[in-house]
Amino acid sequence: MSALIELSGVRKTYRSGTVEFEALRGVDTVIAEGEYAAVIGPSGSGKSTLMNILGCLDVPTEGRYVLAGEDTSSLDEAALAAIRNRRIGFVFQQFHLLASMPAWRNVELPLVYAGVSRAERRERAVEALTRVGLADRVDNRPGQLSGGQQQRVAVARALVTEPDLLLADEPTGNLDSGSTRDVLALFDELHDAGRTIVLITHEPDVAARAGRNLVIDDGLITTDRVRAGAR
Amino acid sequence: MSWWETVRSGLGAIRAHRLRSALTVLGIVIGISSVILTVGLGQGAQHEVEDQIDALGSNLLIVSPGSTTDSSTGRRGGFGSASTLTGADATALADPDAVPDAAAVAPATTGSVALVNGDTNWTTSLVGTTPAWLRVRSRELAAGRFFTADETARAADVVVIGSDTASELFGPRSPVGQQVTVDGTRLTVVGVLSASGSSATGTSEDDQAVVPLGTASRLTGSTSDAVSTIYVEASGEGTLAAAYQEVQALLATRHGVTTADADFSIATQESLVETANQTNRTFTVLLGGVAGISLLVGGIGVMNIMLVSVTERVREIGLRKALGATPRAIRRQFLVEASLLGLTGGLVGVLIGVVGAQVLPHFIDQAVAVSLLATVAALATALALGVGFGVYPATRAARLTPIDALRSE
Repeated sequence: MSALIELSGVRKTYRSGTVEFEALRGVDTVIAEGEYAAVIGPSGSGKSTLMNILGCLDVPTEGRYVLAGEDTSSLDEAALAAIRNRRIGFVFQQFHLLASMPAWRNVELPLVYAGVSRAERRERAVEALTRVGLADRVDNRPGQLSGGQQQRVAVARALVTEPDLLLADEPTGNLDSGSTRDVLALFDELHDAGRTIVLITHEPDVAARAGRNLVIDDGLITTDRVRAGAR
Repeated sequence: MSWWETVRSGLGAIRAHRLRSALTVLGIVIGISSVILTVGLGQGAQHEVEDQIDALGSNLLIVSPGSTTDSSTGRRGGFGSASTLTGADATALADPDAVPDAAAVAPATTGSVALVNGDTNWTTSLVGTTPAWLRVRSRELAAGRFFTADETARAADVVVIGSDTASELFGPRSPVGQQVTVDGTRLTVVGVLSASGSSATGTSEDDQAVVPLGTASRLTGSTSDAVSTIYVEASGEGTLAAAYQEVQALLATRHGVTTADADFSIATQESLVETANQTNRTFTVLLGGVAGISLLVGGIGVMNIMLVSVTERVREIGLRKALGATPRAIRRQFLVEASLLGLTGGLVGVLIGVVGAQVLPHFIDQAVAVSLLATVAALATALALGVGFGVYPATRAARLTPIDALRSE
């Protein structure tokens, strides 16, 4: 399978005043299309920085990040926004749904920025919500949904543009165990359907669902383990 | 993201914070409506004064006693100065050899008089003049006739009354041929003036009694030949300046003064309009300035709200950016929101201003002219305020990095 993500020599240095802090100190890795990878590490290990760079929310200070054959290192903010819109679907720990809008309006949001027509947006949003099992909650506002349902709305929003990469940052961090099972099962399904998923977590049980575990510590990938039998 | 989408989502955001949006808009509404009303009041007053001066008649020179400091801005009067203009002056001015460009000359004295008809007693202003008065004041008769030159010479006991005076004294009956009494003197009403509708300086042009010059002196017990005004109508618009010179030269010679220290002043219709407009302009500028400041305060209110909005919605901005909104789309979103607030305030302000302009005259007896220019300018200002004061918050929103924005609590 061809590579979706190629990181080579990625460094990220944060500067506050005269103090420099190196969050990533040379990360090299390749994630293939269709892979389900979990990035694990304690807080402060650099996994959030890695997630930001993978999500094109931030650019590396040094090194190259090639996503689907496109080198993102030299792109400006507008071009990065377009890549996020087209290629990446985000799932956040805090869901980040807009409280004033019903579920389907939250889901269609990425399509608004992609310039999709109104009628098609609604259709695709409902379709995505159906795929995550919320066909009957299309018009509910986030406040009327449980945490697990809210996260499923967020997953629907991440999927609605048919992105190359589903990037989930601690997706179960705010969920009870029942909802956690639901959401992880949904990820399994999406993986089975061929979707590339990168999941950032500090919970070993969550990481265990992924076919591949990348352990990051002190700004470096220390372990790269592929689970037996994983694709 | 298309403009229409942006407007739609802007409206959604405004609706989501109804109270806050309404309070923001209120500042603009007050600013815009007060601009429209103050400018309207100024212009209304200006039109009124212009109408009154127009009603004086065209090509008119108004000679008053007292010296001028500046022909257009004021005149110096005082005790004794009232006697510097006499009926003899008027007679001299009426000489076509001395003042060839004058078409008509009418002296006038003013006073107050109580007219009695049976049980009815009515106090009105008294004008003593000559038959030329009708022409120089551009008045017409509704009934009867004006008094004649012969009656003027004889100081006959005749009177021409205004239309309001007629209805006060005689009700619906025709006053022509009837008699009114003033301090025991019986005056015969020979004519009634047509209504002019205008009311110069508070006294109605339609409530007065016009009598021959000599009769007026008798009624008021005056022994001097002094008059308060001499109206000189030039023979045409082109001869007004020449007539002005002739009148000035003749009166200076008769009074033994130079034109520089003249004891009389000559006003033209133009100079009266000028003076009145200058006063009105000052007030309009003053009031408009105050209204403008309130508009500015309203604009700062919009900026304030937009800044609060940016701060409050940092996470939303971060999310939108993560989902693919470019900095431009974010900036546009906040600009459109601010513009919509400004425009809404502007429209409501214009509405209140226009309605106020219709309602206000019923309470303050002052016409309010709504000027299209002021209205359009006010709307444009409201929109500009929205855009202008929206730029800074919008730029701030656009500059947020998605990660920081998403992380904020």
